Amino acid sequence: MKLLALDTSTEACSVALQYDGQKLTLDEVCPQQHSKRILPMVQQLLAESGLGLNQLDGIVFGRGPGSFTGVRIGVGVTQGLAFGADLPVFGVSTLQAMAQAAVRLHQAKQVIAAIDARMAEVYLALYQQSADGLMQPVCEELARKPAELPPLTLAGEICAVGTGLVTYRDVFLQWASDTQLKISDQVLLPSAQDMLTLAVPAWQQQLFVAAELAEPVYVRDEVTWQKLPGR
Amino acid sequence: MRVLGIETSCDETGIAIFDTEKGLMSHIVYSQIPIHADYGGVVPELASRDHIRKTLPLVKQALAEAGCGASSIDGVAYTAGPGLAGALLVGAAIGRSLAFAWGKPALAVHHMEGHLLAPMLEANAPQFPFLALLVSGGHTQLVRVDGIGRYQLLGESIDDAAGEAFDKTAKLMGLDYPGGPLLAKLATLGDAKKYPFPRPMTDRPGLDFSFSGLKTAAANVIAAEGKTPQVQADIAASFQQAVVDTLVLKCRRALKETGLKRLVVAGGVSANQSLRLQLADLMQSMKGEVFYPGKEFCTDNGAMIAYAGWQRLRAGQAQDLSIGVTPRWPMQQLPPV
Repeated sequence: MKLLALDTSTEACSVALQYDGQKLTLDEVCPQQHSKRILPMVQQLLAESGLGLNQLDGIVFGRGPGSFTGVRIGVGVTQGLAFGADLPVFGVSTLQAMAQAAVRLHQAKQVIAAIDARMAEVYLALYQQSADGLMQPVCEELARKPAELPPLTLAGEICAVGTGLVTYRDVFLQWASDTQLKISDQVLLPSAQDMLTLAVPAWQQQLFVAAELAEPVYVRDEVTWQKLPGR
Repeated sequence: MRVLGIETSCDETGIAIFDTEKGLMSHIVYSQIPIHADYGGVVPELASRDHIRKTLPLVKQALAEAGCGASSIDGVAYTAGPGLAGALLVGAAIGRSLAFAWGKPALAVHHMEGHLLAPMLEANAPQFPFLALLVSGGHTQLVRVDGIGRYQLLGESIDDAAGEAFDKTAKLMGLDYPGGPLLAKLATLGDAKKYPFPRPMTDRPGLDFSFSGLKTAAANVIAAEGKTPQVQADIAASFQQAVVDTLVLKCRRALKETGLKRLVVAGGVSANQSLRLQLADLMQSMKGEVFYPGKEFCTDNGAMIAYAGWQRLRAGQAQDLSIGVTPRWPMQQLPPV
């Protein structure tokens, strides 16, 4: 199974390639430069592996949440690459990818993942490790002010990841004060390598879909624009 | 050479395929107008969210309608500016990545060059050099055109574009979005001499425009006279006449200054019937000729992007792997072909 993964949802621009038991990863932090960097990074990994795009089996993409424009760059690139090379696609949550990174780096069993969503909010979800070693969500993904989060449903040891934990560190420590919370200083942004980990079982379960079905998940869907009177 | 064109700079998703031998093989325009109508104008985030849903399915449809396989495409052209950054990025990301996957060159097209060259899709195409009047919701420019990429900006609006003035005035009058074409329709029922709206910047030399004062003048009339159907029609007619008079006067001035005999008019406002009638009179009196895009290519579309991209791709120009977009992009910065 040969899979390419890419993510441009946050400040990180990340590409990973899995083939023949090998995994190559490129992680950059390049705010506002994703559109310039993403295809050269894809090309670099393909060149290192000696593979052509059409020799791959599928493309995995970070489907959000994150910056609206960033998520769409990743989805647009995925659609173009996948339709052009006739490959199926699979979207992975950026929050879930960070939770999986906490397994890789901290052997975490439970995770709070939060991305600074601007406008005084975070994107947040909670995860627990399942028997197959993968992190599975135990709640819906939320966009919420940190002080207005519902009561925490996890207990015991929890690893906390993402930029939301940096921006709102004290609020989260208070929120999780009944637990043993450890805030990771290594997992701040999603990496495409963890999206590959999460996508492998999806490949085996034939959950990959056609290129045009690659869609962003914004989480923040409420329309805040002012409608005309009476509309 | 066969080029796929992708346009997503504002509120239309346009996809087309242009071929050296066969000409325009297919073209599809999907308009987001119903999405934005409730807001009285384009909401950029909603525009981007819709483009990402529509672009690739329309590419598949355009290929099917052209009856050609993806492997027969020799290059991909996408609008890279000017326009809404988020909307541009959708078409650019998909277009640039498609070209990468196909192993074909890509070209970042200037949206206004697309409009400017759109009359060349017609049977009676203009020869260089010519004067171009670009009039849309985003632009009002007079450009001397000596060839592709050989553009000299002679004048432009210092505030609102002509189409923007139409839409804003229509909104003041309570017309639905986008109000410009509705206002033009209403104008046919009104007296164009009823209200003496200003002809901005016509009383001094130069080729620049200013249209923002016109909507203020219209607002004052609406405040004083109310919104009866006849007042509405008279305002529409008087307003349209003021805009058309101003555009025609500057065209005459630019043609005299440059000595050019051919005039190309493109962009959404070029569909305006009153403007076309008066420009026909002008060109007759100056013994010149005026050229327009076909009606369906006056507003934003993929055909003009495929064509402009084809012109540059066949000359060997191409874009590197960066998916650059340029929301503000003076047309004079384009390289010549």
